Amino acid sequence: MSGLSMLRPGMIATCVKVALGALLLISVIACSSAAPAATTAPAQTMKETAPTAPASDAMAGSMKEDASGVIKVGVLHSLSGTMSISETAVKDATLLAIEEINASGGVLGKQIEPVIEDGASDWPTFAEKAKKLIQSDEVAVVFGGWTSASRKAMLPVFEANNGLLFYPVQYEGLETSPNIFYTGATTNQQIVPAVEYLLKEGNTKFYLLGSDYVFPRTSNLIINKQLKAAGLEAVGEEYTPLGHTEYSTVIAKIRSAEPDVVFNTLNGDSNVAFFKQLKDAGISPEDLTTVSVSVAEEEITGIGAENMVGHLVAWNYFQTTETPENTKFVSAFKTKYGENRVTDDPIEAGYFGVYIWAKAVEKAGSTDVAAVKEAAKGLQFQAPGGLVTVHDSNQHVAKTVRIGAVRDDGQIDEIWNSGSPVVPDPYLDTYDWASGLRESVQ
Amino acid sequence: MEVWALQLFNGLSLSSILLLIALGLALSFGLMNVINLAHGEFIMLGAYTVYALQQAAMALTGDVSSSVTFIMAIPLSFVVAGAVGMLVEAGLIRFLYQRPLDTLLATVGVGIFLQQLARSIFGAPNVQVVAPWWLTGGLELTDGLVLPIKRLFIIALVLVCIAGLYWYMYRSSEGRRTRAVMQNREMAASLGVSTRRVDNLTFALGSGLAGLAGCGLTLIGPIGPSLGTFYIVDAFIVVILGGLGQIPGTILAALIIGILNTVFEFGTTAVVGKVLVFAMVILFLQWRPNGLVRVRGR
Repeated sequence: MSGLSMLRPGMIATCVKVALGALLLISVIACSSAAPAATTAPAQTMKETAPTAPASDAMAGSMKEDASGVIKVGVLHSLSGTMSISETAVKDATLLAIEEINASGGVLGKQIEPVIEDGASDWPTFAEKAKKLIQSDEVAVVFGGWTSASRKAMLPVFEANNGLLFYPVQYEGLETSPNIFYTGATTNQQIVPAVEYLLKEGNTKFYLLGSDYVFPRTSNLIINKQLKAAGLEAVGEEYTPLGHTEYSTVIAKIRSAEPDVVFNTLNGDSNVAFFKQLKDAGISPEDLTTVSVSVAEEEITGIGAENMVGHLVAWNYFQTTETPENTKFVSAFKTKYGENRVTDDPIEAGYFGVYIWAKAVEKAGSTDVAAVKEAAKGLQFQAPGGLVTVHDSNQHVAKTVRIGAVRDDGQIDEIWNSGSPVVPDPYLDTYDWASGLRESVQ
Repeated sequence: MEVWALQLFNGLSLSSILLLIALGLALSFGLMNVINLAHGEFIMLGAYTVYALQQAAMALTGDVSSSVTFIMAIPLSFVVAGAVGMLVEAGLIRFLYQRPLDTLLATVGVGIFLQQLARSIFGAPNVQVVAPWWLTGGLELTDGLVLPIKRLFIIALVLVCIAGLYWYMYRSSEGRRTRAVMQNREMAASLGVSTRRVDNLTFALGSGLAGLAGCGLTLIGPIGPSLGTFYIVDAFIVVILGGLGQIPGTILAALIIGILNTVFEFGTTAVVGKVLVFAMVILFLQWRPNGLVRVRGR
């Protein structure tokens, strides 16, 4: 039966090698450049010194910005790997803003041309790609990053090459790089007011649950100080590895600690497991308040709204935020990417970051980093989530804080907001209880 | 007292999940010596099968959480993952049986390929599977002791899988041939057993069981392209601790790891608990490298 193949074993071996090689090649390509955004040649090595043959006309115009009438900007998010779950949507929002600005005449009379790179959920790759964007594509600015780890990896690259990064995600604060604009919230625009709100509501027993990395640990360090100032102490503090999916024991611990509120800094897929299992354990929001700071509309879709109804989240923007700018933004986003897509806080921050940069460039009359930074000081913009103002010195933005409850359709009903934009204070210098925080991290 | 009863249940529940993800691997890795690092992706295939079926039902009838859909999804996730497993075996693995290390490389490739395929078809964000009404809620024994129905369902699913696997291996003629090939390949072949067919079916069965695991895990965990990566390490640990080629060993290992992990985690933290369990497994394997249940060499 198998006589034919038995005759030529050598040939079969060759076939296998070829097939295997091909398969590996395919998977490497698939891995390194997510399908919708492959603007670079897949075989590109990690060395930034050798720009490969341009994969599209987009890259051919390097060095000739003025002649060709385009300004190149980098868009650097994870389009593959575990973080692509969140970051692809921010990339989409960034591209939407670029498209809108181009449609209304561009910047300084030139069209903006995005160069998209994939950070692949790998922090060294973020640093390499940032270097490549600055040095070989010579982009005027980069919009990108999500995890604090990716930002920390890119920071020295931007500082050494005097580049400019717009970082769109809420983070743990305690950082002010002269080459980074932070359009997401720092701690005093999300976590600190959320804890204040919970204290004011009469909660005294806090249980801190987070993923085991820099953002949750720093956040809880701050929360612990804040609780101490109020004469309280957390009744529990628990960290689980990123990607952890078994929460029955954690839930049993929460049950025995009998907290009033669980302050949730879990990130990524763990949230899905936690909320599904919390509901199955028979614990409802009426029994136990939870406040999440890394769960937005996009994540709720994956968790399942019915598993999260009534739980609280703290952000600066919800898709339901009622401003004329937001109505326009949501409908433009859905028109471009599909009716079933949702917008959320990092998506909004990724979107208005482009506008802030564009306004600063118009004001400066050039894309020069120093000039843009100078022009951005005090700049105001009516973002979908309300008025945002760039801070004079720390390059964060003042924005309104909002707390909301999840609805059964996965949208969020605002139940509290700060009334006016909160001035960013990344080192919490204006809070007495936070003294020593700046020193403790440096 | 209640807490300990609940923790015992949580331990059993974790054991059942570990066993569910490890059973398929016990076949491909334990019996066939294929280091199948794409096992997690077969779990993902099963999970996405449930999602796709629910979306199709949604489009046709407008009812996303129908009981019929979910019950249909259980065998379908087995069939879909099993069919893909069959293809992978026929197209790739069968060329590599003499080279276990190459199966490792090749299946890593298959895994990345399947992940990216899922990402292209279903998108990068997590998707949601709606559980039918009879799986929601919990069985309330006392005020503090609530057993989630979904976890009871997963325990039942594992028991069905074990029973099915036992029947297949010890009561069917296919299973007899499988055991013959695993015990002595050359002898079985010379007695007229088609080893090709046995290899193909066994790998497909292992993949199918992974698909079933994916179906069960949609109830309690996230459903996204990289879902498999969360479970693959645990699955290998269980199979290695159990002893290669030993389904009873796999069952025992899942029970021990599940319960120890829960106890340690309750006493310490999630991270430390896991470290303790891994450390104990490593120490145990130093003492008995062949795992809990030893195969007699001949």
